[in-house]
Amino acid sequence: MNAPATPVTPKYAAYICSGCGIGDAMKVGQLENIAKKEGKMALVKSHPFLCNAEGVQTIRDDIANEQVTHVCIAACSRRAKTEAFQFDGVAMSRANLREGVLWVVAAGKEHDEVRQEMAADYVRMGCAEVKKMKQPSGNVKESSSKRILIVGGGMSGMTAALEIAEAGYEAVLVEKTGALGGMAAQLWKRQPFKMPYAAAQDTGVAEMVAKIGATPLITVHLNSTIADTSGAPGRFVIQVAQESGAVSEVTVGAIVQASGFTTYDIAKLPELGGGQPNVVDQAGLEALARQANGGAIKRADGKEIKSVVFVQCAGQRDTTGTHLSYCSGHCCGTSIKQATYFKDQNPDIDTVVMYQDLRVPGMGEDFYRSAQERGVIFTKGTASKVTGGDSCAVTFKDLILDEENTIPADLVVLATGQVPNAGVDLEAWNPVVTAAEGGDEAAKAQRDVMRTTSVLKLNYRQGPDVPQFKHGFADSHFICFPYETRRTGIYAAGPVRRPMDILQATDDATGAALKAIQAVENAALGRAAHPRSGDLSFPTARLEGCTQCKRCTVECPFGAIDEDEKRFPKFNEERCRRCGTCMGACPVRVISFENYSVDTVGSQVKAVEVPEEDEEKPRILVLACENDAYPALDMAGMARMNYSAFVRVIPVRCLGSVNTIWITDALNGGYDGVMMMGCKKGDEYQCHFVKGSELAHYRMSKIGDTLKQMGLEPERVVTQEVAITDNARVVKLINDYVAELDKLGPSPMKGFG
Amino acid sequence: MTTANTNAIERYRNNFLKEVEANVEEGHMVKMCMQCGVCAGSCPLGPHWTHSPQKIFMMIRAGKRDEVLGSDSMFMCTSCYNCMVRCPRQLPITHIMHGLANYAHRLGLAPKGQPTRDFATLFWNNAIKKGRVNELMLTLRHYFRGGLVSGIKEALGMQSVGLGLFMAKRLNPMEIFGGHGVKDLKGFHAIVAKAKEIEDRKKGFTA
Repeated sequence: MNAPATPVTPKYAAYICSGCGIGDAMKVGQLENIAKKEGKMALVKSHPFLCNAEGVQTIRDDIANEQVTHVCIAACSRRAKTEAFQFDGVAMSRANLREGVLWVVAAGKEHDEVRQEMAADYVRMGCAEVKKMKQPSGNVKESSSKRILIVGGGMSGMTAALEIAEAGYEAVLVEKTGALGGMAAQLWKRQPFKMPYAAAQDTGVAEMVAKIGATPLITVHLNSTIADTSGAPGRFVIQVAQESGAVSEVTVGAIVQASGFTTYDIAKLPELGGGQPNVVDQAGLEALARQANGGAIKRADGKEIKSVVFVQCAGQRDTTGTHLSYCSGHCCGTSIKQATYFKDQNPDIDTVVMYQDLRVPGMGEDFYRSAQERGVIFTKGTASKVTGGDSCAVTFKDLILDEENTIPADLVVLATGQVPNAGVDLEAWNPVVTAAEGGDEAAKAQRDVMRTTSVLKLNYRQGPDVPQFKHGFADSHFICFPYETRRTGIYAAGPVRRPMDILQATDDATGAALKAIQAVENAALGRAAHPRSGDLSFPTARLEGCTQCKRCTVECPFGAIDEDEKRFPKFNEERCRRCGTCMGACPVRVISFENYSVDTVGSQVKAVEVPEEDEEKPRILVLACENDAYPALDMAGMARMNYSAFVRVIPVRCLGSVNTIWITDALNGGYDGVMMMGCKKGDEYQCHFVKGSELAHYRMSKIGDTLKQMGLEPERVVTQEVAITDNARVVKLINDYVAELDKLGPSPMKGFG
Repeated sequence: MTTANTNAIERYRNNFLKEVEANVEEGHMVKMCMQCGVCAGSCPLGPHWTHSPQKIFMMIRAGKRDEVLGSDSMFMCTSCYNCMVRCPRQLPITHIMHGLANYAHRLGLAPKGQPTRDFATLFWNNAIKKGRVNELMLTLRHYFRGGLVSGIKEALGMQSVGLGLFMAKRLNPMEIFGGHGVKDLKGFHAIVAKAKEIEDRKKGFTA
């Protein structure tokens, strides 16, 4: 299970750059000595301009001629000059002397001493880290599948299939019903998506279906659902079940879930006339319009419609908790479109759109104006009562005139919202499964029923569908990676992800298709998908030390870790995002990556020289998330903001990867405090790995006992949420913390380390 | 007037918006209002009248014919053009307000005793008589609109201004006997009559 050892004898080299003013502010000679004597580097060189062609060539030559296998570059931040300092086949660490020392420590002779100490520590840390690193060997898969499965044959699914095929990949399209087209096929026309955005346009479903039929790269399974999905990106095995009961197996590399939406049940809105004759939802009106086929639209009872009222936000944006609490986004545009069905056929038909806030995204404003020009009346009001029947009536509160009013109509259309077909809600699923595993028969039955409602029927220990985010919509990393679910290689697209109209759904499906292609390519090369795209490292566990506590399997935000027959963790490397949350979770520290492990960080913590108490130079360890906090610290440097020279910053892949051993090691070693900087957590999370920051906060909330045992104050460990834009704030956080620790006095652990 | 009103009601039945579109200056733009309320918030006279332009437009679309045409709002407009400049939908709000005022006035539905309306009527009748405004008579008729006692009170209150104008030869007391007019008075009256005929035809006041 262990990663293959580096094949050749390791040879360590350190290169110290004296450019950008590093040489003027620091004694580079002393740093060289430290790298040689303390860092035990076989080869140490300094260069006045390390990132220029000649400097880089020096390193390349040493790799080629001196068989250097591990390189520590003490120059600028690891985020700078990444192209110059890229050497294949060697492990590399970066000591941040520029952004991390030169630019953040106050200028002037009086700071020379602390500046030099800080630089020396970073060199020590860089050397210590690189010695623990292995160059990730990657894990190329011979038989990785690049076929992509699309679940759902609506507008989103068809678009994804066509985009995938156009890019030269095979697509398998599974559709539950007997025909492609989904909701879009039920429409008479769609909202305009081309200039001048003034008239409803053909849906284009028929053309798309024909194109799919004529594309050999696309296989379509109609009347079919997914019976089982197992595996991981590059090797998903899908059981496609036909209505007849026949099951076929297909292997795919990635999945696009475009399972769409259903309309909110109109029967749940009796006060708005739901269920009464001549009160329909928007889908109901589309059916009437398709029946009319361009002629006068007639009611179900055959009467020609002379007046119609559209009630917007019916059962939506509900604050009472009874109906949908969100806005479905498309319905204002859809009602406008439907009003033009009437006006274009006969301008004398009275059409009233009753809205609270008219929301027409995209080019919808143009369409809105064009409907006004046609004479569609827009009334700002809230409908309180709708009566159906032969002559319908809408009672409403006019929000402009502030009065109750009633409008008669031949037909009332309720703009109900979109309800996602996202399958099983894992938060409801998990307790049922726990009970079922405990032997509860009722729970077992309930679990089996729930599983039938699943869309993907994933064979994951974490549950049969992708997690749901808000309001039951399929997971999406809304702030950075909208197509990504927490299940690697499974991309949600279209209205299953968030409410949207056809145009947005086609854009969405195109994006998801391209992400799926990336996923299959990465899986074949054994590389990580987003956000550590291209990362070849993957976690391995030393199982002989494993206590089967299951924390890694439970806490992995991506469901990458299953349990094998012996209840040991089983890593599905292709599902892994390489965040290291499992490594942070492991109480016995058996999980590591080749180039990122408990040791690579732990050795840095220990490499720092902690001064004696009487020197009055505290040491503060800052573990900074490399996605947001570390760039923010770099940017503070670029802006030449000064923070205390007593901190030592170590970038971590995610705060979730922070193992408490680093903190106890630091405090035992005499550090005065530990500050963790991660991303925003909670519902509005900004964590690249969704749950990492939250888990870190949770774990740190439990560290009080450990601190108490050590006789330390709880203030010695703090956790902060920062954003990438917080460059001024991180400086303040550090300086305030240093001041706070100063009041607390030096750590009593000093000298025992 | 009442006949015109009855005719209009008859012709447009319940569709007041159509009536406004056909008969009110720039009335066809009323349907383009998106009810954002910028006009209402921009009007310097906002607190002093019953309905903001936003409400007037909403009322038109809601078919509130009597309320709209009986509103004092259109007469309170000072033509500052703030609303028109700010309207995101570029509705010529000021023009529409004037158009509505004119239409309500002609139908005889405008509020009785509305000072702006009364003064405008006074001014028009005065100017039309001889083709020139008889300022003395305009002022006197305005002061005495509410009767003899209040007229004398109001006139006395303004006597220093009147005397000043007289001393500066800006006010001729002889104008009380009819005043001066344009050269071709007959021709002028013919022009006005023709203009009225055209307008009546355009706005549907002739059968």
